Amino acid sequence: MHSILPIYKKEMRSFFTTPMAYIFLVVFALVTGYFFTNTFFLYNQSDMRSLFSIIPLVYLFFIPAVSMGLISREKSLGTIEIITTLPIRERDIVIGKYLAGLSLILIALLTTMIHYFTLINVGTVTDHGAVFTGYLGLALLGGVYTAVGIFASSITENQVVAFIVGIAIVLVFFLMDKLLVFVPASLAGIIQYLSTEFHLSNISRGVIDTRNLIYFGSVIGFFLFMTTRVLESRKWS
Amino acid sequence: MIRIENLSKNYGHVQAVKSISFSLGDKEIVGFLGANGAGKSTTLKMITGYLTPTAGNVIVDGKNIIDDSLDIQKQIGYLPELNPLYSEMKVYEYLKFHAEIREIPEEEFKKALQRVVQDCGLQGVVHRTVGNCSKGYKQRIGLAAAMIHDPKILVLDEPVTGLDPNQIVEIRHLIKKLGKEKLVLMSSHILQEIQATVDRIIIIHNGEIVADGTSDELITDAKGMTKLSLEIQGADENEIQDMKAVIPSINITSVQKNDNSILVSIEYANTGDCRKDVFEYAVNNNWTILEMTASKRNLEDIFRNLTQDGDMTHA
Repeated sequence: MHSILPIYKKEMRSFFTTPMAYIFLVVFALVTGYFFTNTFFLYNQSDMRSLFSIIPLVYLFFIPAVSMGLISREKSLGTIEIITTLPIRERDIVIGKYLAGLSLILIALLTTMIHYFTLINVGTVTDHGAVFTGYLGLALLGGVYTAVGIFASSITENQVVAFIVGIAIVLVFFLMDKLLVFVPASLAGIIQYLSTEFHLSNISRGVIDTRNLIYFGSVIGFFLFMTTRVLESRKWS
Repeated sequence: MIRIENLSKNYGHVQAVKSISFSLGDKEIVGFLGANGAGKSTTLKMITGYLTPTAGNVIVDGKNIIDDSLDIQKQIGYLPELNPLYSEMKVYEYLKFHAEIREIPEEEFKKALQRVVQDCGLQGVVHRTVGNCSKGYKQRIGLAAAMIHDPKILVLDEPVTGLDPNQIVEIRHLIKKLGKEKLVLMSSHILQEIQATVDRIIIIHNGEIVADGTSDELITDAKGMTKLSLEIQGADENEIQDMKAVIPSINITSVQKNDNSILVSIEYANTGDCRKDVFEYAVNNNWTILEMTASKRNLEDIFRNLTQDGDMTHA
């Protein structure tokens, strides 16, 4: 476990010594800011709901972009051979990298709090609890998408492939809830339970149910486990 | 210290390493020599735990690489082929990263940093970005990272590839120095490099060990032939071919006519010296020997002999 921290530090340093993190944060703030101010000024709506509903969409493209290089880059550079022959478990490598990717997403999410403070000053936010659970839900959703992204990054040494595979898987989770009408009724319950949207909407409404937390936890765990397995599979190539 | 037992590795249907076994001692420099694709890197990757053997095992101090890979990896410093590095890091940060994963406390890291900077000649680049360093420096950075925890075993896969002659000499000196206190296992396809650096040579060909010993042992073992080069005046080519009838133990390998002399190459077994016979034969025929040089077969011939269907690369 001790070796998660050096891996985490290395990845964070790599984000912030290259333009990667800055570009990501700025563009994320611009895109989310645009959607917030749009409704704020045009429709005279001063609530966080429009912002919260747009962020999952922005995630769809941004998170695979952040996580696409986490492992694929090591593979293409050959440094995977260094890192996997150091006395560190594959699991710890994956967790360290995952936490670094997730941290960047959470920092990006934090930048949108500026809109919350704007609204407080305008004096129209009444339900602070809903804002809190809204952010909690988005953080958990970011956790799921990052786990998918690091998995996509582990199966290839090409970052573009990792990006596209990441979007494809994330899109499946995103769309499941929206395609329920096409699914036979017997399957609808299962599909709905698997969709991120279903659990996210519960949390965003202010209901923190352990079932939803377990859902997010197990999807994250599943993809991190798969990533670890993919990393280990090189041994038997 | 390391025992390799019937180690095999298959890539699909290709057997890259075929049940090889050998033991390595505490303080020796061992060279793994073979043509490209002979199985050198695959073997080193199994020793370092990057690949799992298809069959067999690697045993280090009673622990084996399949069940206790972390324990073994703690004792090994590994420089992979092509020396991959994180180019966006500073040299200092890169070494620190290795030290942190290897749980070297801050105080000890300072000493370790001093040691590897000194040993690898990294003064002056410690605060530079890895990507901006020259190839020679990068190689030394990779080596420094492999040595940061002062390991008992150093595994170096083609450590001098791509370096200029001066840098090669520097790395060679360093490896020799390290070999006094550690086990250094290095691979190379450059024979001269191996011969100049290591105590013991293991030649691998098509995934099998074809020779194992010091360079002198290999030369003696290989049922050596002596090659005799002659420059003769006053003979013609046909007469020289007749020499074989009188001295049956020789083999005439080439006869080449020059302006006013003939260059002849003869081979005979090390066991029976034929120089006197050749000389007398020349005198009897009234030839003048301008030059006669005997040379034992060298390691290069032996290597080529053992790995004939491989493509030997000279650098």
